[in-house]
Amino acid sequence: MHERASKRASIIEEIAVRKPLLLASFFLLSCSGHAVAQTADPNLPRNLSAGCSACHGTNGVSLGGMPGLAGQSKADLVRKMQDYKAGRTPSTIMQQLAKGYTDEQIDLMAGWFAAQKP
Amino acid sequence: MPMQRREFLKALGATGIAASALGGCASAARGGPKVVVVGGGYGGATVAKYLHMWSNGALDVTLVEANPAFVSCPLSNLVLGGSKQLADITVSYDGLVKRGVKVIFATATAIDTERGLVRLSSGRELRYDRAVLSPGIDFLYDQVPGLNNAVAQEKVLHAWKAGPQTVALRRQLEAMPDGGVYAISIPRAPYRCPPGPYERACQVAWYFKQAKPRSKVLILDGNEDVTSKKGLFMKAWNEDYKGIVEYRPNHVLIDVDVATMTLKFETADDVKASVLNVIPPHRAGAIAAQAGVITANNRWCEVDFLTFESIKVPKIHVLGDAIQAAPLMPKSGHMANQHGKVAAAAILNAFAGVAPNPTPVLNNTCYSFMSDKDVAHVCSVHQYDKEKKTLVTVPGSGGVSPAANAVEGEYAFAWAKNIWADALT
Repeated sequence: MHERASKRASIIEEIAVRKPLLLASFFLLSCSGHAVAQTADPNLPRNLSAGCSACHGTNGVSLGGMPGLAGQSKADLVRKMQDYKAGRTPSTIMQQLAKGYTDEQIDLMAGWFAAQKP
Repeated sequence: MPMQRREFLKALGATGIAASALGGCASAARGGPKVVVVGGGYGGATVAKYLHMWSNGALDVTLVEANPAFVSCPLSNLVLGGSKQLADITVSYDGLVKRGVKVIFATATAIDTERGLVRLSSGRELRYDRAVLSPGIDFLYDQVPGLNNAVAQEKVLHAWKAGPQTVALRRQLEAMPDGGVYAISIPRAPYRCPPGPYERACQVAWYFKQAKPRSKVLILDGNEDVTSKKGLFMKAWNEDYKGIVEYRPNHVLIDVDVATMTLKFETADDVKASVLNVIPPHRAGAIAAQAGVITANNRWCEVDFLTFESIKVPKIHVLGDAIQAAPLMPKSGHMANQHGKVAAAAILNAFAGVAPNPTPVLNNTCYSFMSDKDVAHVCSVHQYDKEKKTLVTVPGSGGVSPAANAVEGEYAFAWAKNIWADALT
């Protein structure tokens, strides 16, 4: 058992050096069996969303005064951001910030916040 | 450290690499890789929290901070205006301690980059696999010779690091007789918090308008023009604070005569005032110089914007006001918070042997108080440009408020509440 474990570990290390993305996929598959995220960095949705947390609270759980994003439906979040981006919803600041994100990034962030516990 | 790395990889496989999808198979590892964060401001507190949170506690994270509590620079001008007290902008480090971050109250005096050690004022040494420096700024008093001693620095304050100086400057303003002049000297850009000095002028004027209506605020700017939110500040000075605030550009300070309370400039005439508030030019905090990561103009630290790792010293990351910023990236607390998150993600990837996220996005939001409740913002979004290898603002995005307003006053306080919790709990 011990030998097998250490052999497995050394394979991981080898992969880690040679094929960084493969390593990420390895962990995703070995741990959950879910499909690998279709992004360059599997944590891209998390990383993008973290930018919003400065105002909207860690993981989108607001302490008040700013809308919480955690647990909102993905479709709603995408629509709200796209409305800001297109200037359809008046706002103080979100119209200006929404224009800084691509449609794909908005999708990833919306999906991530939708999956968080409010 | 191959064993340690393997253990960490196991834990990280369940957390850092796929936190959202795979929370269930996490296991906290003891004795994981060590990260020492120096400086617990907006950048340092955030990176410490996010390293701990995103690794599910698998990383051994230590935060070294000189002060017993976090005191926010944003909102500190309200203490000068008198609508807030220092306690309102002070947050304990207990939230980070409760989370599992080791917080050590000490000054980091040296980084041994060869051996991977942070040396503390107490003599203690902390081993690190990666270190993050979020050291803030130090003042270049040699450029203002009259202030280059402790006695002068007690009389002519900067109050550009929130804390005791903020309270002391407020006392000076309270003690000033009506009819006096408060003069603020602004260094040439880049400096910490571009709109901060102009907001401060508004806050002091707001106080004078109520308590000392014959007094004046004199802004002596080392820059050619107002560097941030120009139209919004000019409107406040010309309307709300007409007759109180006077703005003078092109005032590059070269010396201060503390005995006669006189400011001396490169070209402009001398100015005497009852209260002098000099923000000297600054550079990255001392520990950055000691660690050898200051690489730009002998003042700032250049970093790789995918990781915030020093371009010169491996395994040392630098955040916040200390860095040589990307174009149009302000030195702000909000920006430092964003630096911390990019760095945290990159450090976790590095420990797992994974390349950093190639497409980081950062945003900035900065609210300025024109009065105790009317506020205007400036905001921007910065995406990584792989050809230019820097962060660039997205054309058409960002901007400022059309006018200062009370709705954004509410948002500014909500911003503070949320970002303090984002960094410190």
